[in-house]
Amino acid sequence: MNSVYSMSDATTANGLVDAEADQQEVIRGASATKVSARDVNVYYGDTHALHDVSIDIYSKQVTALIGPSGCGKTTFLRCLNRMNDVVDGCRVTGSIALDGRDIYASDIDVVSLRGRIGMVFQKPNPFPKTIFENVAYGPKIHGLAEHRTDLEEIVVKSLQKAGLYNEVKDRMHAPATGLSGGQQQRLCIARTISINPEVVLMDEPCSALDPIATARIEDLMWELKENYSIIIVTHSMQQAARVSQRTGFFHLGDLVEVGSTERIFQNPLDERTKDYITGRFG
Amino acid sequence: MRQPDQKKLRQRARAEKRFRLYGIAALLFAGSALVFLVMTIVSSGCSAFFRTTLTLELSLDPDRLNVKPPYTREVLMDGSYYTTLKSALYQLFPEVSSRADKRALSKMLSPGGELQLRNYILDDPEAIGKTVLFEIPVASDFDQLYKGNLPRTGEHTRLSAKQMAWFDQLDSDGFIHYRFNPGFLFGADSRYPELAGIGGAIAGSFHALLVCFLLSFPLGIAAAVYLEEFAKDNRFTRIIEANINNLAAVPSVIFGLLGLAVILNYFGLPRGTPLVGGMVLALMTLPTIIIACRSSLRAVSPGIRQGALAMGASPIQVTFQQVLPAAMPGTLTGAIIGLAQALGETAPLLMIGMVAFIANVPATPMDSSAALPVQIYLWAESAERGFVEKTSAAIIVIMTFLILMNFIAVVIRSRTQTKTE
Repeated sequence: MNSVYSMSDATTANGLVDAEADQQEVIRGASATKVSARDVNVYYGDTHALHDVSIDIYSKQVTALIGPSGCGKTTFLRCLNRMNDVVDGCRVTGSIALDGRDIYASDIDVVSLRGRIGMVFQKPNPFPKTIFENVAYGPKIHGLAEHRTDLEEIVVKSLQKAGLYNEVKDRMHAPATGLSGGQQQRLCIARTISINPEVVLMDEPCSALDPIATARIEDLMWELKENYSIIIVTHSMQQAARVSQRTGFFHLGDLVEVGSTERIFQNPLDERTKDYITGRFG
Repeated sequence: MRQPDQKKLRQRARAEKRFRLYGIAALLFAGSALVFLVMTIVSSGCSAFFRTTLTLELSLDPDRLNVKPPYTREVLMDGSYYTTLKSALYQLFPEVSSRADKRALSKMLSPGGELQLRNYILDDPEAIGKTVLFEIPVASDFDQLYKGNLPRTGEHTRLSAKQMAWFDQLDSDGFIHYRFNPGFLFGADSRYPELAGIGGAIAGSFHALLVCFLLSFPLGIAAAVYLEEFAKDNRFTRIIEANINNLAAVPSVIFGLLGLAVILNYFGLPRGTPLVGGMVLALMTLPTIIIACRSSLRAVSPGIRQGALAMGASPIQVTFQQVLPAAMPGTLTGAIIGLAQALGETAPLLMIGMVAFIANVPATPMDSSAALPVQIYLWAESAERGFVEKTSAAIIVIMTFLILMNFIAVVIRSRTQTKTE
């Protein structure tokens, strides 16, 4: 079984073998490895931002990356869809494989890679266009819709999946910037899933939202994980506990510990993880 | 705790009050200067939008018109229309008999009347043989007299007492009218102040600005997009950037010299045409547009770029489908302000010969033409009393266009501000 093999291979930076702790869960959930990162190092110029990060992400579940500010969780997330490519002076070493294929290989087309790995940002960033155009943009540039009717269907379905359709169906052609913050973020989620990615990266998607909007997005994540692998970076341990099945704890550029969310929160193996989740720092 | 020094506090309050007074005084000074300027121009210029006309009863006798059937275009072009007008005028003053007096009386007629009558007959040859009431412009000196711009006595009087008496009699008999002057807005320049219009200059400026916009807008955007979105930040691009910023500060007459040397003398394009004028103005407007476009590209939220990239858009798609449309309002505002600058520019147009006297309204950018600021310059040089009001009126027209363009720019800016909020 490929997934079990690669899992036992997954050692964290400080050498903790995570496989045993998660063995049970893998058998229960029958999850397959979707993304597998090995010895990933990231440098911004002279700064060594990530040290030898190795982690497996399983399909159809939510993986949360937690840790204090500046610990490298967002940096790691941005490696997964190669958004770090556009940052000047950023260098990534090690290997990250999506379905077993290295995404940093020279024959990988970044454009189609980003079609497979979508991303939702910290601050809602709808395009300054209409609601319809925001969701239709991805299908258009990837050529997913042949006719206007196909496009409309994709837009409606994506908005429905993002739980926004009923709120905006009467004003599809109103500017997206007129929506509330929570609605804008759900629009960004609809936009991301409109091109049917396999993995959805979420970079603190609720940090700019109020508790009610946050609850809606968290509900949404529960539904979305049926179809997508979700990786969420979050500051809030409560959020990680609520939405994720697996959690990785980052600290000062190291991936300290990764395991099922239940185990990380109830029985952390590393002192630093324990200190963080008990609120001694962070 | 030490008590604050009451004296120092009072001093500080006084200093603030004084400073505010300086500000208000400066504003009042600037405001009154502006009001004075506008008032002078409007008061001396608004009469140019009106003209004085003389109504004559004309018997369109073929013999007097000196035309014989068939009334073809050639025959009608050669008719003696001036004689017809003159004799109609003489009939009103039977007591005027001497040759010299008749000459003096006929000075009241403007050559515009003759043209108007000829065009009337050309349009409608059926009118020959009938008697019609015909309204023609009076000569400039009488026009100015009626408008009160010409003194009736003293050394600057240009009309004799007799001429003034005849004119007053016509006025009291109801032959003189004061009407709106469409010829000023739509006609071309003329040697006769009462016939001179600014339409030719408006058309020339319009063609020049059109050429200027068509050249500088796409080029400016292309340059700005490349520099801002694609070019690597190295020594070479920094030198180009510095030069673009310097280019915006180059005196406009130098662009005119460049146009003269390169566009006219080297490439041999026709002298004094809006085409060449627009090309020279485009050189001037280009840096303004590049700078405006770059700063609005820079102002586009990085979230939009990142969002589009993360959707799998290529860098070119990100730029042209998301970033540039978002930067368009700012770019347009900059372009309109650049064009408004170009509209008021005189020196480069003088250098490339858009300063000739042109008596037609240009139909295409390839026809020789004047431009609004040059027309003002030309009229300001003319000695005739009638051109003084035309100069002011032309300034009113160009100011109206400038205010209109700036207003459009403000509207675009404020509309996009409310959209992004």
